[in-house]
Amino acid sequence: MFSPCTRQLFFSTQLRRLQSTLIVAEHNNGVLAPVTQNALSAAKKIGGEVSVLVAGTKCGPVAEAISKANGVSKILVAESDAFKGFTAESLTPLILATQKQFNFTHILAPATAIGKAILPRVAAKLDVSPITDIIGVKDPNTFIRTIYAGNAIQTLEAKDPIKVITVRGTAFAPEPLEGGSTTIEKAPEGDYKTDLVEWISQELSKSDRPELTSAKNIVSGGRGLKSGDNFKLLYDLADKLNAAVGASRAAVDAGFVSNDLQIGQTGKIVAPDLYIAVGISGAIQHLAGMKDSKTIVAINKDPEAPIFQVSDLGLVADLFKVVPELTSKL
Amino acid sequence: MARVLVGVKRVIDYAVKIRVKPDKSGVVTDGVKHSMNPFDEIAVEEAVRMKEKKLASEVIAVSCGPAQSQETLRTALAMGADRAIHVEVAGAEYETLQPLHVAKILAKLSQDEKADLVIVGKQAIDDDSNQTAQMTAAFLDWPQGTFASKVEKTDTGLQVTREIDGGLETIKIKLPAVLSADLRLNEPRYATLPNIMKAKKKPMKKVSAKNLGVDLTPRIKVISVEDPPVRQAGSIVPDVDTLIAKLKEGGHV
Repeated sequence: MFSPCTRQLFFSTQLRRLQSTLIVAEHNNGVLAPVTQNALSAAKKIGGEVSVLVAGTKCGPVAEAISKANGVSKILVAESDAFKGFTAESLTPLILATQKQFNFTHILAPATAIGKAILPRVAAKLDVSPITDIIGVKDPNTFIRTIYAGNAIQTLEAKDPIKVITVRGTAFAPEPLEGGSTTIEKAPEGDYKTDLVEWISQELSKSDRPELTSAKNIVSGGRGLKSGDNFKLLYDLADKLNAAVGASRAAVDAGFVSNDLQIGQTGKIVAPDLYIAVGISGAIQHLAGMKDSKTIVAINKDPEAPIFQVSDLGLVADLFKVVPELTSKL
Repeated sequence: MARVLVGVKRVIDYAVKIRVKPDKSGVVTDGVKHSMNPFDEIAVEEAVRMKEKKLASEVIAVSCGPAQSQETLRTALAMGADRAIHVEVAGAEYETLQPLHVAKILAKLSQDEKADLVIVGKQAIDDDSNQTAQMTAAFLDWPQGTFASKVEKTDTGLQVTREIDGGLETIKIKLPAVLSADLRLNEPRYATLPNIMKAKKKPMKKVSAKNLGVDLTPRIKVISVEDPPVRQAGSIVPDVDTLIAKLKEGGHV
């Protein structure tokens, strides 16, 4: 007979085998969003089998890209015009049908605008409580997330049988897309067309710079820039550093730059190697989005600005003088 | 003419630096300034503007929470809501109240009150969940216009501009529907003193979750709430050259 100890071990491996996670891949009908790879890494921490669902109007290249990732046991593809615009109303029934067939214990998506719109809808339909924007996995039922704009860290135990979770990309290393060769299958068929919503159009900000949430370096501007035109100073500096450009809420509200550049509690959460905050005071809500950056540089003429409390290197000076100087000397 | 239900939450004021309790059970809320969740102010403002444009016939503000939630509802009434419903949830039950429960309550009230539109903020700044609108829409099987920065009436429903990661997108949704307000949807008005006085006379109904048939059993257990790691104090550099030298030292340039 098993000793209690081996029995426990046996039992826990059994449990582990019973874990199975579905990741809802994020993509733009052509290219896989890198944040999906971070979600994959979170799924591996949870343990058990990992499946990936690719849904959209065009899924081939995305499914192929993710099939190269290591440790994925199943890739399910649902290609249909019904998923135009990745509306929550059309994707929810697909995810529910997939869940019904495979009985996953965990359903994950990146905590992006798309993931945040869809997963709570899925969770409600499953009558479970979703968990938003996790930054850590302790065990298959225990997760870590931030509350109060990142000013407190909450560890929670989910009691629901199915865990529906969005993952903060910057908190998990991206899984490389190599070494694997998973076969691609069809997701459960169904009529996923909905007349509740019609996707009309998108207006995406075009930029040659790196994408904000995955950039290694970020130069960010606030109210101190005084105008949208002055952001050119930051673009020049960003070009020298191959950096993405971000902004505080004040800069977005003042119309200096578009809203998708906003970093903070309600904008994007970033954690680059180098974050240069220019003319940003450092309100709680802004710090929520960038304080996990490896090195923070603050340039501000106000020595009392709260940003200096989190910065590794501070320069108390007029940004209009020092930013061009910095750019020219780099 | 639509009847609009607006969900509002009482939270610690956005400008307060929160303190974690020594026993790690949560954050200190006693004696701390509270106000209406900023995103909910935007939701109320949008509903009131719809009424002013004669797109809405009545605006009903709803809040789930302890007795103090009534202050938040009075604020919504002072901003222009017509009446309020206080779903009383107190004590231990409120501590474990989650978006799932609130969404069930909002969905039930939407049906009871024959609402055509539910507007809530995109997230509460305390739990940062960003779930309630989506879940309410799911329970009702209504379309959702999340992270809305512009809402316009069309023949059959609403045209909603949404804030997404790469920019903006526009969708059309049928009514009835659920919206969640993003920061840039509007600029909320201040309640004037006469309107605050008038708000005291506006009707406020009190109900319990039990009467609405909503089970508040907690689905998560908070194990601990702790302070985030503290960053090591940095240094102030005298000039650009030193800054560049330090960045080189750190391997950044």
